[in-house]
Amino acid sequence: MTAPAAHTIGPVQAVRHGLVLAGRSITKIRKTPASLLDVTLQPIMFLLLFVYLFGGAIAGSSDEYLQMLLPGLMVQNIAFASLGTGMALSTDISKGVFDRFRAMPIARSAPLVGAVLGDVVRFVVTLAVLITFAVVLGFRVQTDPVRFLIAVALMILFGLCLCWVSVFVGMLVKSPQAVPGTLTAFILPLTFGSNVFVPADTLPGWLRVWVDVNPVTHLTTAARGLLLGGEWAGNAAIAFVWGLGIVAVFFPLALRAYRRRVG
Amino acid sequence: MSELAIEAEGLVKRFGETVALDGVDLAVPRGKVLGVLGPNGAGKTTAVRVLATLLRADEGRAVVGGFDVVEQATAVRGLVGLTGQYASVDEDLSGAENLVLIGKLLGLSKAEAKARAAELLERFELTEAATRSVKTYSGGMRRRADLAASLVGRPEVLYLDEPTTGLDPHSRNEVWATVRGLVDEGVTVLLTTQYLEEADQLADLITVIDHGKVIANGTPNDLKRRTGSQTLQVRPSLAADLAAVAEILRQLTGVEPITNTESGLLSTPVDNPVLLSTVVRRLDEAGITADELALRLPSLDEVFLTLTGKTAKVDKVTEGSPA
Repeated sequence: MTAPAAHTIGPVQAVRHGLVLAGRSITKIRKTPASLLDVTLQPIMFLLLFVYLFGGAIAGSSDEYLQMLLPGLMVQNIAFASLGTGMALSTDISKGVFDRFRAMPIARSAPLVGAVLGDVVRFVVTLAVLITFAVVLGFRVQTDPVRFLIAVALMILFGLCLCWVSVFVGMLVKSPQAVPGTLTAFILPLTFGSNVFVPADTLPGWLRVWVDVNPVTHLTTAARGLLLGGEWAGNAAIAFVWGLGIVAVFFPLALRAYRRRVG
Repeated sequence: MSELAIEAEGLVKRFGETVALDGVDLAVPRGKVLGVLGPNGAGKTTAVRVLATLLRADEGRAVVGGFDVVEQATAVRGLVGLTGQYASVDEDLSGAENLVLIGKLLGLSKAEAKARAAELLERFELTEAATRSVKTYSGGMRRRADLAASLVGRPEVLYLDEPTTGLDPHSRNEVWATVRGLVDEGVTVLLTTQYLEEADQLADLITVIDHGKVIANGTPNDLKRRTGSQTLQVRPSLAADLAAVAEILRQLTGVEPITNTESGLLSTPVDNPVLLSTVVRRLDEAGITADELALRLPSLDEVFLTLTGKTAKVDKVTEGSPA
């Protein structure tokens, strides 16, 4: 070895290995832009469907509904974009190059961390498409660029946390094709069981209980505050704590499932 | 420091009902080449995966470069390079991108990683294909890229799992030349192969395994002495002459030749190549014509037949389920 053989790998090293492998993911996305098709078409479909299908019924007009809906759609698209992480990793892991990574003196978690961090690109693309298209349809940010950027940063952070659920399922379910189905069962109640599409006070009590604790609700409220004006910090903090909790539970689970999967 | 770069004792690995390794001992002195010879499913790949820390043995222990493969796995990973049927390169990336990625993971700076990649691409004659996706590489180029990838970290110990399976003779010779070059630099090599010729060409020591057990150990010469250094094959033109030819061979070599009645081919191990001319004369005297008469290195089948008294069984189950 060029450097003296390290006997253990510290957290700083582990992060560096993760970043190098995130670079690999990003190079692969650059080479196959078609892999971004889902995160490009999805926001357009969601936007058109919800604004014109529900807009009149829920908010009286599509234009008003668009203003209320967009912050929540950002959260929803991020959640759906995180589906791809587990599926891509489940395919990737069966390739020979993963054996090489595992036979190298790098952190065990590095290939997983790399896959998750690489997906920042997917989040940025899906948000960019969504917001651009929404602006074309008439959406306007009511606040300032700084608060807009905070909203985007919160979305990406939340997406990175959700990715660990996706990675866990991807490592647990043997076939890559089964990953999206399993994850959809988790993401649908998370995104639709929230205040993204309808005001929470129209809901029956039992559903209200879930909607009120749901991190998607808090993140949506924070995003509305940041983009349309109003209080946001409290809800952002609750969503952030949720995100940390998700990572605290699913990062170790994902790592364990990965170890079992590769033997 | 121990004299042995690789030392394994009593390795046992089971996959469900299948026993892939059934008490395997291996020893490779520093700077030497060990050829692990065996048919498909013998447990070769499983043994390599255990020694490369990719798989944990159910029983036994292994030490590589003085480090235990389980307790000090990270240190072992820092010493070894792996090229094989499984460990490979990323098909979606170019050859250069693969090597730079590995260099960076090993702690090289971007500039150092690029320099190391360029050096290896040059050495493996991949400079022209450096920016192309590995997907577009031929089998031989891929194998060279794999080999280059495992050398980025200048390993002290190199595992080559069937490095030439599926390669044409030209590419095979290139791989062999590379391995010899690495050994000259002091690298210890563990090489698995199905080809006796490959082990004979490259290895200082050969361990023959079958059904997860070591069935022979020694230098190539030891092994040849036990199996006959060459094989004489005779195919009489008339099947009716088989028995007569067998009798001639038995008289000359002192052992019963192996008769394949289906193909009408007789084969027998011989130590002395001069025997060939004697066989020709005897056949001539007996008025027997032959369609085929040749001396060649014994095949793996013949080695197994000599060592075990049975032909090597190809058992795909073991090798196919290492995960």
